[in-house]
Amino acid sequence: MSSDGDNDDFLYEDEYDDEFDQDDIDSTSEPDVYDAMSPAMEEAPQKKPYDVSWKVKTLQEIIDMQNKEITKVQSLLEVPASSAAILLRHYVWNSEKLQEQFWNDPAQALEAAGLSPPSSPTTHTSTQPTGVFECPICCMEYDYPSTYSMGCDHRFCKDCWIEYLSGKIKGEGESAKIQCMESGCKRIVREEIIDDLVTHDISKRYHNLLNAAFVADSPTLRWCPHPNCEYIIECSQAPTRMLNQLVPTVQCKCGDDLCFGCGYSASHRPVLCRIVKLWEKKCADDSETANWLQANTKECSKCQSTIEKNGGCNHMTCKKCKWEFCWVCMGPWSEHGTSWYQCNRFDEKSGIDARDTQAKSRASLERYLHYFNRWANHEHSAKLDAEFYQKTEKKMEQMQNSGNLSWIEVQFAKQAVDAVIKARITLKWSYCMAFYLKRNNMTELFEDNQRDLERAVENLGYLLEQNISDTDSIAKLRQDITNQAAYVQKRHDILMDDTLRGYLEVSYSAGDW
Amino acid sequence: MSGLSTKRLMKELADIQSKGTPEGIILLSADNMDEWVFLISVLGDETIYKGETFALRMKFGNRYPIDVPEVSFIVTFLANGQYQPPMHPHVYSNGHICASILADNYQPWTVLNAVAICITMQSMLASNNKKERPEGNDRYVRSAPSNPKLTRWHYDDDVGIGIKFSCHNPAKWV
Repeated sequence: MSSDGDNDDFLYEDEYDDEFDQDDIDSTSEPDVYDAMSPAMEEAPQKKPYDVSWKVKTLQEIIDMQNKEITKVQSLLEVPASSAAILLRHYVWNSEKLQEQFWNDPAQALEAAGLSPPSSPTTHTSTQPTGVFECPICCMEYDYPSTYSMGCDHRFCKDCWIEYLSGKIKGEGESAKIQCMESGCKRIVREEIIDDLVTHDISKRYHNLLNAAFVADSPTLRWCPHPNCEYIIECSQAPTRMLNQLVPTVQCKCGDDLCFGCGYSASHRPVLCRIVKLWEKKCADDSETANWLQANTKECSKCQSTIEKNGGCNHMTCKKCKWEFCWVCMGPWSEHGTSWYQCNRFDEKSGIDARDTQAKSRASLERYLHYFNRWANHEHSAKLDAEFYQKTEKKMEQMQNSGNLSWIEVQFAKQAVDAVIKARITLKWSYCMAFYLKRNNMTELFEDNQRDLERAVENLGYLLEQNISDTDSIAKLRQDITNQAAYVQKRHDILMDDTLRGYLEVSYSAGDW
Repeated sequence: MSGLSTKRLMKELADIQSKGTPEGIILLSADNMDEWVFLISVLGDETIYKGETFALRMKFGNRYPIDVPEVSFIVTFLANGQYQPPMHPHVYSNGHICASILADNYQPWTVLNAVAICITMQSMLASNNKKERPEGNDRYVRSAPSNPKLTRWHYDDDVGIGIKFSCHNPAKWV
């Protein structure tokens, strides 16, 4: 999108760049770094080979980027700034291509972009004739100063221009490609003319649309998708062709994650963009079933009373009969406390058995629902984030009061909650991934990782739900939570590492779907 | 009704009254300044519409001619008799017409005007040799909005303003 000489200025100038190159070469011994994780390290996470560098830009910086290009083209081609802008937009901000075409045949390049050829008079307005003019659109008579014509000599009254331009901008959301009102005339209306004619509000909208088009046209820019956030992400390491191997999760200055590859408004690691698209479409098609509704409420596996999970971990205790069970597999919890944990995998063997006796479609629905339920389960938990934070904050206050701990000393709880939430988002997507994975040795490894993380998160979630009774138990709880949080973080990074590195090495392949 | 359309429509009307309309096109009524009805018939012996006359209604908004008028064939009783929309692959049985020149994202009409729309419709009929309704007519007519401009037409190609027509199936209507 810019000449080579310019790349340094706004594409790669960030400090990550050198790190990235180093990581690329030497990146084998990294996962263990997180063992000794400290809060300070979380501030500046180590970059992995599958991470991308990015910069968060303000709208003003985006405007500056455009102006810089415009100024450059303006002086190179010796055309007015607004012509340079129109030329650049026509050539999708590819200034090399623009220059090539322009020097090849200036008149043709200008014509193609919707500008008057250099020889034709562009200052017609200064030599206006006197007398009255009948506007061919509204048929009213005007004196010449109330009319306007571009270089193409199609003259209309300003009222009609205003009506036309306002309709194009407000009604149809057009910006860079608004043409002359004359039928068949391809002349593009310049910025300064639009600004001069339309109201302030519409002119503002016009410039917003121009900026939006600039970002949309640039493969290295993307708007932050979060509501009310006006930042723009710049990333040159995630071109479309790389999206089969990369999940370019980035973080905006507004604090939220997004995927640079597809614009998904959260991290969807470790799943590839196109798989997320498939999954979302599938969920939109299939989830309106009665089975989906069942995912929101469940019956106690002992007394059959209907239960809605409203937060917390998967260790459920029925209010009615006190039965303890697992929300995910509905089996007794007693089996989960030990090493045996069967909740994360869909038993392929029982799937085969099911196909023997039932219709094939039923089995595939069941398989889908298996993964979907687990995905939705984590989605649901993630939605209760705010509540989880609130509860933890209360607990942190309580600990400060009763345990004589300082503010800094209780931050471990918040960090633990962060770890749980982050891991839940990853777990959520891991079920989508598992649904589409072709079964092989790598799948086994993936599911092992998934199970380990699932269990670590459950344990940590359980610890965070514990009540605080006295000072001694706080000390112990603090130790347990800190350890468990570090473990969750480690399991999380292992799962990410294995999968995302796997994409780069192409060891994961998709199943037939 | 006010706005930039008033004077323009008066001028178009005055032009029709002084210069007349092309053969096969009659201005039936313009009692309301913002709603005109034309009668259209196809000339010559070659046409499949020989002996038939169709009534074309145009409703002008006050942004005309920056906005296109709402154009459709009449399907009701008028004082002079009953009119039916022509059997044509771009005309639905409720009178709605699928034609790119009637879509809103176009340049204002400095060359086109009410009579020019009639001429375009006349040639659209003249060039047709199959008396049939568009694909999906029944489905469209069941759920179409009363104002055809609210239909989001999907055009097969972008012929733009001119005699040629492009169509087809209404992709989606709001």
